[in-house]
Amino acid sequence: MKENDKSAGRRLERIDRGIHARSEDIFALNSWREMLYLLGPRVIPVVALVILGLVAPLYWQRVLVSTAMFALLAISWDMLASTGMVSLGQALFFGVGAYVSGILNHYYGLPPWLTIPLAAVIGSVICTIMLLPVLRLRGIYFAMVTLVLPLMLERIIEATKIFGGTEGISGLGQLPSVDVEFIVAMVAVWAALFGFRRLMNSDYGLVLKGIKDNDRSVMSGSINIYLYKAQALLIAGSIASLAGAFMTHAYMFVGIPVFALDYSIIPIAAAAVGGVGTLAGSLLGAFILVPLNELLRGLGGLRSVIYAVLLVVFTVGLPEGIFHFLQRKYCQFERWVEVS
Amino acid sequence: MSDDVILEAKGLARSFGGIKAVDGVSFELKANQVLGIIGPNGSGKTTLVNLLTGFVKPDQGQILYKGQDVTGLPPYKVAALGMARSFQMVKPFYELPAFKNLIIPLFSSRVRRLAGGKYGDRDAVAKDLLEEVGFERDSQVITQRAGSLPHGYLKRMELAKCMALRPDLYVLDELFSGLSLAEVASLVPVIDKLMAQGATIIMVEHRLRELFRIANQVIVLNFGRKIAHGAPQEVMNDPEVKSAYLGSETED
Repeated sequence: MKENDKSAGRRLERIDRGIHARSEDIFALNSWREMLYLLGPRVIPVVALVILGLVAPLYWQRVLVSTAMFALLAISWDMLASTGMVSLGQALFFGVGAYVSGILNHYYGLPPWLTIPLAAVIGSVICTIMLLPVLRLRGIYFAMVTLVLPLMLERIIEATKIFGGTEGISGLGQLPSVDVEFIVAMVAVWAALFGFRRLMNSDYGLVLKGIKDNDRSVMSGSINIYLYKAQALLIAGSIASLAGAFMTHAYMFVGIPVFALDYSIIPIAAAAVGGVGTLAGSLLGAFILVPLNELLRGLGGLRSVIYAVLLVVFTVGLPEGIFHFLQRKYCQFERWVEVS
Repeated sequence: MSDDVILEAKGLARSFGGIKAVDGVSFELKANQVLGIIGPNGSGKTTLVNLLTGFVKPDQGQILYKGQDVTGLPPYKVAALGMARSFQMVKPFYELPAFKNLIIPLFSSRVRRLAGGKYGDRDAVAKDLLEEVGFERDSQVITQRAGSLPHGYLKRMELAKCMALRPDLYVLDELFSGLSLAEVASLVPVIDKLMAQGATIIMVEHRLRELFRIANQVIVLNFGRKIAHGAPQEVMNDPEVKSAYLGSETED
């Protein structure tokens, strides 16, 4: 129960809507109503999005696919941030994943259904190795390095003309149809969301959150924080690399634009709008921001201005993030009570 | 060096900038003893704790723990060997519920090894530990966000976090500071119990009265140097210690 003082005579009382019987690990469900209460917010978005995606016109289907990829980047960012590693360079994971799948497909002739999972793993390993030397850095210092690395890779490819140089690699294999693309993207997003949420709520995830909260205290608990940080990079990086690999095959092209700032900034904006620390908020934010960006496309030059204003409105109006707000409204009811 | 010496420090020194925070401190500590470390503010007590537990690397000197050289080992390795520390400035995980704070040390490989490869029910163990240090079982304090707990609880949680590692040597940095007399009194039996279980304890303290009831021997630091070492009463009668604590006696 949480209470907020609002005015002299009255106060807003918040009461948890909670479920009657709830033990530590299992939910004891008493009725269909409770089942619906629990499953509703999880199942309805999944089903609604799949239906929406399958009936939408081709253009919007493609928008939803790229939205899903931005959602993966945002979830990945959020998980790293929950571990105390604020990244300004999700484009690193995205770009390396994209290039790995492009290279595997172009030079080694592997089909997309093989290159995408391989790129998720290999890309994540490569990025983690690149970040190993800076795991000791915290806060803004770590962020600066992550910001610089993708820009550096971009320049290396440009200067050495490897992997097609500025031309990139085109004519890559694609998935059978947009419908298949969409289904695969949905499976990836929801699996990542529910899987990572479960992971972060386990005791392992608790250690990761502890590193964000107080890394010296974790060290004194006889835990090697660098090992755990590296693991978090590997885990969170894999879905960002997967997103890059997926986009490579969706566009049938990979080139230096995969290291663009967009792939670093939009995930952060999505997490900020949706609500940091829940992973679900980041996903929600991505599904608001990316389609919104497309909707505004008709406005021409003023698009980015309006987009920026909307971002400010969201973050000032709901600093806790949309997801936290919705969660509060859903899980608690509020009433005004007279203060005696 | 006899068998029951658990910790030996030889000529530990560390400077920050031009200031010698710890300057050639040596001591031996036998198992199942309580060593008090006292000294005025800024005399290097916390730096000494940081040196012993690996949080700060010494410029000079050597630390032997159970005969093994642990000089320069990172903190998590020192802790894994069984030397657990608490922090003077409490370092809880503010966002986590109180008992979840203890899950983190309980998750370490040291605890799993001691438990024979199994983690067991960590939540239950965590709650037991908090109860041992005086949290009321089945009350809200155990499940409340650590950030919303009063200081006294956080201090006791620091001790519980050490206990979670089941260490042989506790290094407690000003555990009693900021606690009420009653709270200190409630912690003394906990420390007695740890001693009865065979633990060795280093206590850095400002609360001399409480410390002297527990400590077998006391080291006094001043400007990073060890100025006295011995039984509590004999140390307090030392003229150099008196002048360090009460100022010099030139005006007599």
